Amino acid sequence: MSDGLRIRLDRTLCDGFGICAKHAPDYFSLDDWGYASLIGDGTVPEKDRDAVMRALLDCPVHAIIYMGEHRPSSDGAAHHDMTESPEPEPKTDDNDAISGFVR
Amino acid sequence: MTSTATVLTVAAWPDCAPRLLRPSQAGPEDHADYVQGGGYRPLTDADALLEQIDLSGLLGRGGAAFPLGTKLRTVRDAGRRGMQTVVVANGEEGEPASVKDRWLLRNRPHLVLDGLRLAVAMVNASHAYVYVSDEQSAAAVSGALSQLDAAAFGATDVAVLAVEPGYVAGEETAAVRRINGGPAKPTDKPPRPFEEGVSGLPTMVSNVETLANVPYIHEHGSQSYRAVGTPMSPGTFLATITGGGRPAALYEIPHGAAFSDLLVLHGLTTESVRGVLMGGYFAGLVNTDILDATLDHETIRRLGSGLGCGAISILTDDCPVAVAAAVLSYFDRENAGQCGSCFNGTAAMAAVASALRDGAATQDDLTRLERWSVVLRGRGACGTIDGATNVAASLLHQFPHLVSRHLANDCPSCRTDTFTAVRPYEVEAVAQP
Repeated sequence: MSDGLRIRLDRTLCDGFGICAKHAPDYFSLDDWGYASLIGDGTVPEKDRDAVMRALLDCPVHAIIYMGEHRPSSDGAAHHDMTESPEPEPKTDDNDAISGFVR
Repeated sequence: MTSTATVLTVAAWPDCAPRLLRPSQAGPEDHADYVQGGGYRPLTDADALLEQIDLSGLLGRGGAAFPLGTKLRTVRDAGRRGMQTVVVANGEEGEPASVKDRWLLRNRPHLVLDGLRLAVAMVNASHAYVYVSDEQSAAAVSGALSQLDAAAFGATDVAVLAVEPGYVAGEETAAVRRINGGPAKPTDKPPRPFEEGVSGLPTMVSNVETLANVPYIHEHGSQSYRAVGTPMSPGTFLATITGGGRPAALYEIPHGAAFSDLLVLHGLTTESVRGVLMGGYFAGLVNTDILDATLDHETIRRLGSGLGCGAISILTDDCPVAVAAAVLSYFDRENAGQCGSCFNGTAAMAAVASALRDGAATQDDLTRLERWSVVLRGRGACGTIDGATNVAASLLHQFPHLVSRHLANDCPSCRTDTFTAVRPYEVEAVAQP
């Protein structure tokens, strides 16, 4: 049974139209130049499906990609270790941790 | 790529037997030398070696310090679920201030290939690649491969791929994309290569220095590997040291060594140091707090920076504001041109830092720079924008008085002898075609 959907945003495709942030502002944030980043891990609960799907379908460059239905039992627990970044995480007083440049 | 050879000092750390360097030996190591030194030891139990890799705590040397054992295990397990797997030895050292990967490939190609051989065995890979952008490295590895008998890699195909150099070309998804026939530019995540890499298969991309540590663990075991270093940063690492008015040097340093001892080895005094640029261009600037630090991940992290790929540029006469401007300008030019936040953000931050260097920035400019250094983090497919925000944020937080002086156009060195390197602290000049 589906508990929502999963999406991802390909920032190499985003052209800064900003339509996604109008339709689903809780899921897409825009920078000073209008380019989007995904808020969260791409998991979208059922209640937000319509807004996010509208963002996905209206994106002129198809930068938002449908990754399938979200089923809690299929969460990627096995991959958890691989997505953590133990890399030295430079911090300043008021910013979050960052990931490394993975070579 | 054609690199211009420069004088490079290569030295081991006092009282620490080198595992990766051969400072007493002249010239590249050939197959006979390597085998005589204990190389290409037979592997009878790949799972037991993987367990030793886990216990060794070996962290990746490409910049992200990811545990190699975790990477190997994840790809191996994917293989056991029925998929073919791939291993990529990543020697595309796009970082201008680092030379350690090229040195290893040129001088100890068999050590890298031995590590690759063992990694291939541990994940049961069907294909392996050595990914480089340096002609000398490619020639050395190809030559070394030709010296191996067919049994060395079993049924696994091994290919050497030489690509055009670039800062982003060595990022792991750029390597995968290039091997798959695309441009050597990063892709957004997910998927990461361990999920979907070369030919869509689970792929372990590992830096060549990381792989070069594997034969030691194979021969001596994890306990011996941990005999030097700290519990959280075991073993030694290759450090490319530039700046300070001294020729570039490559040292093999035990993690946890004192930075002040590095200065002694490099012929510099503590009084001469204004700060450092850490991790190549990635991990930002550190002020004189570095003088009391030890060189391990946990300590450098506490300073708000990172060891990264082990490249450390020492600032003595160079103004940190001008260095930051030069590095940000490099990112402005060398980013992949793919993500809007990155190509706009690096240009904007480079413009402010350059104006600050030139005594032309305003307080409003600085407010914008501060904000960008926070809000642009994590907004790119790769870490380039993060490297740029690290440089900007660290300049503002580590050198606030110096920044204030530049607001008042009161920096003697920037007014008279401005530091404007195109590739700051590069070890080898690159002749672009």
